[in-house]
Amino acid sequence: MTDRVATPSPRRPWGLIAASLVAVALAAIPVVHLVVRVLSADPAELAAVFDRPRIPLLVGNSVLLAASVTVTAVALGVPSAFLLARARLRWRGAWAVLAALPLAMPSYLAAYGWLAWQPSMKGFWAAWLVLSFVSVPYVTLPVAAALRIGSTGLDDVARTLGRGPFGSFMLGTWPQIRPAVLAGALLVCLYTLSDFGGVALFRFPVLTTAIQQAYSASFSRDEAAVLAVLLVGLALLVVIGEQVARGRAARRIQAAPTAGRRRMTRLGPWTAPGLLLLALVPAVAVVVPVAVLLSRVLTAETLQAFDGANLAQAIGNTVLLSAGGAVVAVALALPIGVLAARHRGRMVRGIESSGYLALGLPGIVVGLSLVFFSLSVVPALYQTALVLAFGYGILFMPKAIGSIRSATGQVPTSLEDVSRTLGNSRARTWWSVTARLARPGIFAAALLAAVSAMKELPATLMLRPTGTDTLAVELWQRTDISAYGAAAPYAVALLLVAAVPAFLLSDARAGREATREVIAPETRAGREATREAIA
Amino acid sequence: MRARRGILLAGTGLAAATLALTGCTAPADDAETLTVYVGRDEGLVGPLIEQFEEETGITVEARYAATPELTALLLEEGDRTPAEVFLSQDAGALGALADADLVAEIPSEIADLIPDGFTSQDDSWVGVTGRARVIAYDGEQLSEDEVPDTVDDLTGEEWSGEVAFAPGNASFQSFITALRVLEGEDAAAAWVEGMAANDPELTENNLASLDLVNTGQAELGLINHYYWFRQAAEVGAENMRAQLKFLPGDPGGIVNVTGAAILDGAADDEAARAFVEFLVSEQAQRYFVEETFEYPLLPGVDAPEGLPAIDTLVNPGLDLSDLDSVGESQQLLADNGLI
Repeated sequence: MTDRVATPSPRRPWGLIAASLVAVALAAIPVVHLVVRVLSADPAELAAVFDRPRIPLLVGNSVLLAASVTVTAVALGVPSAFLLARARLRWRGAWAVLAALPLAMPSYLAAYGWLAWQPSMKGFWAAWLVLSFVSVPYVTLPVAAALRIGSTGLDDVARTLGRGPFGSFMLGTWPQIRPAVLAGALLVCLYTLSDFGGVALFRFPVLTTAIQQAYSASFSRDEAAVLAVLLVGLALLVVIGEQVARGRAARRIQAAPTAGRRRMTRLGPWTAPGLLLLALVPAVAVVVPVAVLLSRVLTAETLQAFDGANLAQAIGNTVLLSAGGAVVAVALALPIGVLAARHRGRMVRGIESSGYLALGLPGIVVGLSLVFFSLSVVPALYQTALVLAFGYGILFMPKAIGSIRSATGQVPTSLEDVSRTLGNSRARTWWSVTARLARPGIFAAALLAAVSAMKELPATLMLRPTGTDTLAVELWQRTDISAYGAAAPYAVALLLVAAVPAFLLSDARAGREATREVIAPETRAGREATREAIA
Repeated sequence: MRARRGILLAGTGLAAATLALTGCTAPADDAETLTVYVGRDEGLVGPLIEQFEEETGITVEARYAATPELTALLLEEGDRTPAEVFLSQDAGALGALADADLVAEIPSEIADLIPDGFTSQDDSWVGVTGRARVIAYDGEQLSEDEVPDTVDDLTGEEWSGEVAFAPGNASFQSFITALRVLEGEDAAAAWVEGMAANDPELTENNLASLDLVNTGQAELGLINHYYWFRQAAEVGAENMRAQLKFLPGDPGGIVNVTGAAILDGAADDEAARAFVEFLVSEQAQRYFVEETFEYPLLPGVDAPEGLPAIDTLVNPGLDLSDLDSVGESQQLLADNGLI
């Protein structure tokens, strides 16, 4: 990132703002639906919900869990990213893949596996352990990407002036990766607030479990909506907090060097602890629960008749629906991400924050709002794959915004200026220069949305076409009747299918390429784009 | 870069295929197709639906999800629901739909098949099966004699930290209602307060409570009887650490029912009516007995072997309509910090 890059365009991009507003309006469907429901509910009933002695406990637990999981994910993710991007490491590609693998693991599956092994696990610490380790890649991946394109020039200057290795890292590199750390932390925090499956299995009472209870015992959507509005409030605080922190980071980044060298660190005595860290995260998040579930396949007394055709069908549905969801998510996130990367101001900040809010809501709430929306607007498409894919798009668009924003932010505006000077239209410039250079980031955004959609359960149950089962649905149906043996093939299949986007996200290849582009990574990309613009 | 573009194109292709999928799965407006929302397990209900399809030639589009999700879905859909019949895991969900005026009256020749007390009073839905509340106990720690005969004893100090239950579960909450009706508000309030203070193991559902007993994490669990039988079918009855104790006549041993409703839009639908009639037929009732170990509600069909007769469990002082006041029960649980 350079000062040149951060310069905002002078003109208000009305087309982009309009597109962003449409995307935000769609993303805001769940929140609007909730607010309308709460406003039209009986005030006495709402007051009764707030009066419950348990509410402060639930809010406190949600906050405690979200904060501690976020801190842990950052504490594990940043060093992991450093090891992957900056340390001399054997088998770098393999470690990178392992680091991304927890993305493929649904929290409920990880919790289920751990519980099958250690039935006494419960409460805060169990939920903290599983959710933290499952979400580490949300920090590791963007930070590793930022480290790969950053430089160590200022670190070296600091070293020559007498700072220690850590001090010079904090002075030189930290400002470069701070936006990536914040973006990852934001996703982890919102994900933790909205998670139901993992916390429910460990019996840790939070707002999402109370929302589920409101649906399951009192069949009261008003009560659930009040609790969900509390959750939206928390999510809003988190999003605003991240923006404030990022705003400060953006000002400081101006001081960073424009380009330069990237020095690889020799680990020496730190090799063993470093490798231990890289092994620990996938071990806790994936290896232990999967090993336990697989051992259940071998010991379950009645291994139900295994239906290969059914499994193949579920895999096909999962892949198609999540791919559709990813396309929608990226289409919605693109205008918001580009706007946030290129423009400043209260309106831009407002648009970006609103885009994130739905991520703080549990899937059942989002699912119900889309039921209402699709029945009101496109009743003919209700319970079709199209509406489900659209639902995935709305649910996981926030996960795509950050990646698109940072990828666009790294395209130097000077290249766009060159293209404009050469007489290309705004649209053509965007397509042939900006989108072309930001493509890896846009692609990563799609993968992140896809992997999330593959694991999604509650909204899928609400919105899917009747009779269409995804892997997550099949898995749920089998865990519901405590049939470990029958559930295991679907659990493994879900993990393997979701591991494909996780593998692509790990950027194992980029890691290798990056070592060849140690000097000024922008130069090569810049040359390419200039050629394209002239052609 | 080239490879990436390929993958991106493939992604777009997949999205297009998703649209194609839409075309294939859009519900057909065929008169011989019946859409049923099933709030129970596909593995259990699926084969029964196949039997119905074979016998009638009617194609059933079954949508499976948990009862709370489907109830919320039906309430959200309102009169625009594609569902014609709802098969529910508990009576409370059916009551919520009836309160929202979303169900049609069950024809009396079907409704009258099920005895009063196990079905709705106003024929807004019909009872299909019964499940008894029981105490699951750790068979390695306790003998049956040591397990209390009534839930009243569970607030005692010897059970501190040893009782697992799911306070947010509908069948647990109907037990609380039964407690209020049979023993009075004060006694019920004292019980809930006593339990809340007795360090209970709170779970999300009956199955989780049973798992705690099965793994020795809790000595007692308040559950529905058939969860035990389902798990025993999976792992073998001899491998079950948890054992069951029935509580005849006690509020903690009441029978809850599952049921089915015809949605309002299908009031005159022959297929919907045929399906509900099938659910309370001898054939389907036998199926539930054999496959899910639930109590049949149709007179003349024998209960699963080894279970106490359903009449012995029913408390004469309790009418099913008394269980309507679940809101007060929830308030009681909420006041004591349990939900």
